[in-house]
Amino acid sequence: MPTDNAGQEPLLTVRSLRIPLPQGGDRSHALYDLSLELERGEVLCVVGESGSGKSMLANALIRLLPETVRIEQGDIRFAGQDLLALDERGMRQLRGNRIAMVFQDPLAALNPLLNIGEQIDETLRAHGYGNASARRQRILELLDYTGLPDPQSIRHAYPFQLSGGQRQRVVIAMALALGPDLLIADEPTSALDVTTQAQILELIRRIQQDRQMAMLLITHDFGVVRTLGDRVLVLRHGQLIEQGPVQSMLDRPQNGYTRELLDAVRASPSQPRPDLDLDDAPVILRTRGLSHSYLRRQGLWKKQRVTALEDASITLKRGETLGIVGESGSGKSTLGRLLLRLLDADQGEILYQDIDLAKLNQKQLRPLRGDIQMIFQDPGASLNPRQTIGHSLMAGLLVQGSSPAEAEQRARALLEQVGLPANAFNRYPDAFSGGQRQRIGIARALAVHPRIVVADECVSALDVSVQARILTLLEDLQRRLGLSLIFITHDLRVAARLCDRVAVIQKGRIVEQGPTSEVFNNPAHPYTRALVEAIPGHQRYPST
Amino acid sequence: MKGLWFLGNRLAQALLTVLGVLVLSFLLVRLAPGDPALLMAGEAGSDDPHYIEQLRVQMGLDRPLASQLLTYVGKVIRLDLGYSYRNQSDVWILIAERLPATLLLLGSAFLLSSLIGVGLGILAALSARRRGWLDKLISTLATLLYAAPSFWLALLLIILFSLQLGWLPAFGMETVAASLSGWDRVVDLARHLLLPAFTLACLFLALYIQLTRSSLLEVFRQEFVRTAQAKGLAPRRILFAHVLRNGLLPVVTFAGLQLGQLASASLLVEVVFAWPGIGRLLYDALSHRDYPLLLGVFLVISVLVVLLNLLTDSLCQWLDPRIQAGGGQA
Amino acid sequence: MTPFKSALRIAGRHPAAAIAALFLLGLTLLALLAPWLRGDSPWAMVAAPLLPPFSQWAHPLGTDMLGRDLFTGLLYGARSSLLVGALSTFLTLLIGVGVGAVAGYNGGWIDALLMRIAEFFLILPALFLAVILVSVLEPSTSSVVLAITLVAWPSVARLVRSEFLTLRQREFVLAARVSGQSAAQIILRQILPNALTPVLVVAGFVMATAILTEAALSFLGLGDPDGMSWGYMINASRNLLRDAWWMSLWPGLAILLTVLAVNLLTEGLRSALGRQGGRHAD
Repeated sequence: MPTDNAGQEPLLTVRSLRIPLPQGGDRSHALYDLSLELERGEVLCVVGESGSGKSMLANALIRLLPETVRIEQGDIRFAGQDLLALDERGMRQLRGNRIAMVFQDPLAALNPLLNIGEQIDETLRAHGYGNASARRQRILELLDYTGLPDPQSIRHAYPFQLSGGQRQRVVIAMALALGPDLLIADEPTSALDVTTQAQILELIRRIQQDRQMAMLLITHDFGVVRTLGDRVLVLRHGQLIEQGPVQSMLDRPQNGYTRELLDAVRASPSQPRPDLDLDDAPVILRTRGLSHSYLRRQGLWKKQRVTALEDASITLKRGETLGIVGESGSGKSTLGRLLLRLLDADQGEILYQDIDLAKLNQKQLRPLRGDIQMIFQDPGASLNPRQTIGHSLMAGLLVQGSSPAEAEQRARALLEQVGLPANAFNRYPDAFSGGQRQRIGIARALAVHPRIVVADECVSALDVSVQARILTLLEDLQRRLGLSLIFITHDLRVAARLCDRVAVIQKGRIVEQGPTSEVFNNPAHPYTRALVEAIPGHQRYPST
Repeated sequence: MKGLWFLGNRLAQALLTVLGVLVLSFLLVRLAPGDPALLMAGEAGSDDPHYIEQLRVQMGLDRPLASQLLTYVGKVIRLDLGYSYRNQSDVWILIAERLPATLLLLGSAFLLSSLIGVGLGILAALSARRRGWLDKLISTLATLLYAAPSFWLALLLIILFSLQLGWLPAFGMETVAASLSGWDRVVDLARHLLLPAFTLACLFLALYIQLTRSSLLEVFRQEFVRTAQAKGLAPRRILFAHVLRNGLLPVVTFAGLQLGQLASASLLVEVVFAWPGIGRLLYDALSHRDYPLLLGVFLVISVLVVLLNLLTDSLCQWLDPRIQAGGGQA
Repeated sequence: MTPFKSALRIAGRHPAAAIAALFLLGLTLLALLAPWLRGDSPWAMVAAPLLPPFSQWAHPLGTDMLGRDLFTGLLYGARSSLLVGALSTFLTLLIGVGVGAVAGYNGGWIDALLMRIAEFFLILPALFLAVILVSVLEPSTSSVVLAITLVAWPSVARLVRSEFLTLRQREFVLAARVSGQSAAQIILRQILPNALTPVLVVAGFVMATAILTEAALSFLGLGDPDGMSWGYMINASRNLLRDAWWMSLWPGLAILLTVLAVNLLTEGLRSALGRQGGRHAD
């Protein structure tokens, strides 16, 4: 909450900021006539997707813009000082001292060759903090304050020895070193696991309340806004769309774009579909006791056996969408790949049409390949950059024995089905956006008339607004083609929206399975409970 | 403790490589068509049937290949690398006499090329960031140096500095029959060393410049440099503790890998400058097909390179804490 | 747009590489036409010895100590250098790509074994090995080509292998497996076209190294005894540095320019092709 300082000038004022981009970019300006104000002790969330200019704003505020970019016009005032008029030396005195920044990826943000203590120490030294022992004291204080266990040994550790959450705590400790007035956080939790995210958000909230620090929090996730924000500002293509207090924005968004962003995070569990009677539908695919492990190198000679998946048993009914939900490294992708025999299981059965797919060799598997297909996560990487779209779509059909003419006809029909222009057939992947490439990925998966489709994190790499459209497309196609869908994701909100039944997976084991609304509203297993509670925005406004 | 284990590991690998070198040189002679003993005897001993017979027994040509190999390995370990008929001396002694000169040349060339190369590379990278002209100049220089054959460069330098200007001697390691001592001797040595070392350094200068420049530019793009800037650190601190520290790491690794090439190039430089090292020894042995000597030199220089590689590996390990832990968690 | 026009457009963006390509083309042409342009043999003594350059029209670059024309020598030398360079590069690519592909696609112990062998050869001082090999096998074009190939294949193999390892896990390759394509189809259709760019680039550097190594071997007296070579010419000039320094200048310059041209062309290829193929890097 902003401190009571009626009549005092805002801590940060930005007026009509305009930053042009070099020629040939996808838009003319990174930021266009942006104005905002931030009071002391207030948390302002800047919401936008990729290309909105939010990161450029953060960089502009601390004057660390890339070489090729300059501020064309505008005004930035911080605590009464004109930041744009300040020389580099003056700016350096502010950075890390009164304005601090937290970046998205903690591993990339830390120097891999210096230990943690040194990296915090150099900030203190640069701003003349005190003698060596005073600095040491301060470092231990900071590490403890940000919730790191055993600060003494963390001080001597190197970044690669810490976990993602620990690293982000270190980055936050570094930012707090000199007690800044303003903290700018650029997507501080996006690179972290769901449960870790929740912890870090909680930490930030606690710090902000303790110190009444002003915060500019940049995010794409309205759930985060719910948790931390006082006021929120929506950016799109470098322009201000809407701004206002968080509560009123959530209740009565004025702008259509804002509404789109909000819809994407509404975690309302899907209503059971009227046309699908889950109890009657036959089981089309079942796994029993599926396990997979691999050897990991440790040092030069030693090898460790890592269990990726253990004793996984799931059932998929015809026509339904089964969600596999878990954090990164939980084994959900492994499960997907086992189903497609991209990996070989150590143990267990995959039963389809009374055949155990796990026991077939590649030759026996080939005729069945057409029945189960996969949509991959990264639309950029899942298409061969040297093949035209048409070729990529036709490849599977040709292998299955269609004639080239038939394959081409089918490929063109598919393009239409997924909403792409006909001329896409002869073009290459790099001519398309992420969302369009994912449509192509879906088209490719559907080309061979599969009965079952496994979607492995297929919307995770996309912007929120694009995600919504792809999910709608998937739902639509599933209904029309009668597909059975296995949807692998780490995002519970997406799972809640799309899936009829869901299986929660933790560290290679399935801990809970059942209808989505039951599992999410009344989680039986503590891990499921932790996941549901970790959804950003869940605490303040429980999902309806 | 882990570090020691790691080092021991590397040592074992190095030993394995040395063994491989032994096997290779053992096989090389047997590659040639004809009687190996005849070959080993070379032109010099071909008249002497006793020598050939002696060789034949020594090499155990009547015994199976495996036991021949074992004998060979056993001999090498005892530093018995054969006998050079032509020079009337044990191969090992000949090599031992010349080895210091080669080491001196390699060492000074390495120092020159790495120090100057890295220095110029840093300047080029800094200039590149500001789109300055210095970068273009240094990069062009590097491209030219990289394409020039070292032995030709050597001749050009001799023409310029020895024949035209008369500043530096063209051949040898020391002025013959001058019997200098103390400081004078050192200066004389240095004057003779300058051109060969510089020539040898030139090729690698290009590589160091290019590598340092690209490595540093890569590091400048990294997030942690931006973090350092956002913390308000002085540019000097950022350059040394963050940019150089990370950017020069690949250069050290690279330096290790280049040792083989450096040793190779030293062969040519020694020939042109008549520098009395083992490269020169090899060259003389070539024209007479003095195989014991040829193989002996090959063996020694290969082992030398393997050991130096081991040294640089250990240095890398010490500099980068991630390697010790076997990569750690990415 | 016709292929010719798009080639021109690409050349315009990379002037250095375009000039380099023209130079190499011209050099190849001159080398091929040498017998018609300058007579049958570079060893023929055609004029007064030690003629300085630019003094006579018929012998623009001067003559050596036996009255042999230096320009003729250069042209014939170009034949050796280009021939050896091309052959070695071809052979190196054949072995290197083959080994690298097998290692990269299969992984496991095959990969470990092949890479160990490659690393072994990489560590060794290349020129020493080449020198011994050529002298053992008796100097000839084929032994020189063989020696160069032996020391050059490991770097190609390592590169191809790492490309394969990366590409094998790329999702479009997985997608191909899911659609039922066979391993051979996947390697040929999916992986190789994407690995081509770095292979072309490394091929360029192999060629440059091959030319330099051939020159070094001929300089040391291990070149093809019948053929004229730039390295040989430089060696021959050693005793006459004082009297006829230009004898060492021309062949060295020829090597420098040729290697430079190959390097510039390769760099140009890398940046031109990189734009297309680099997309999958994000």
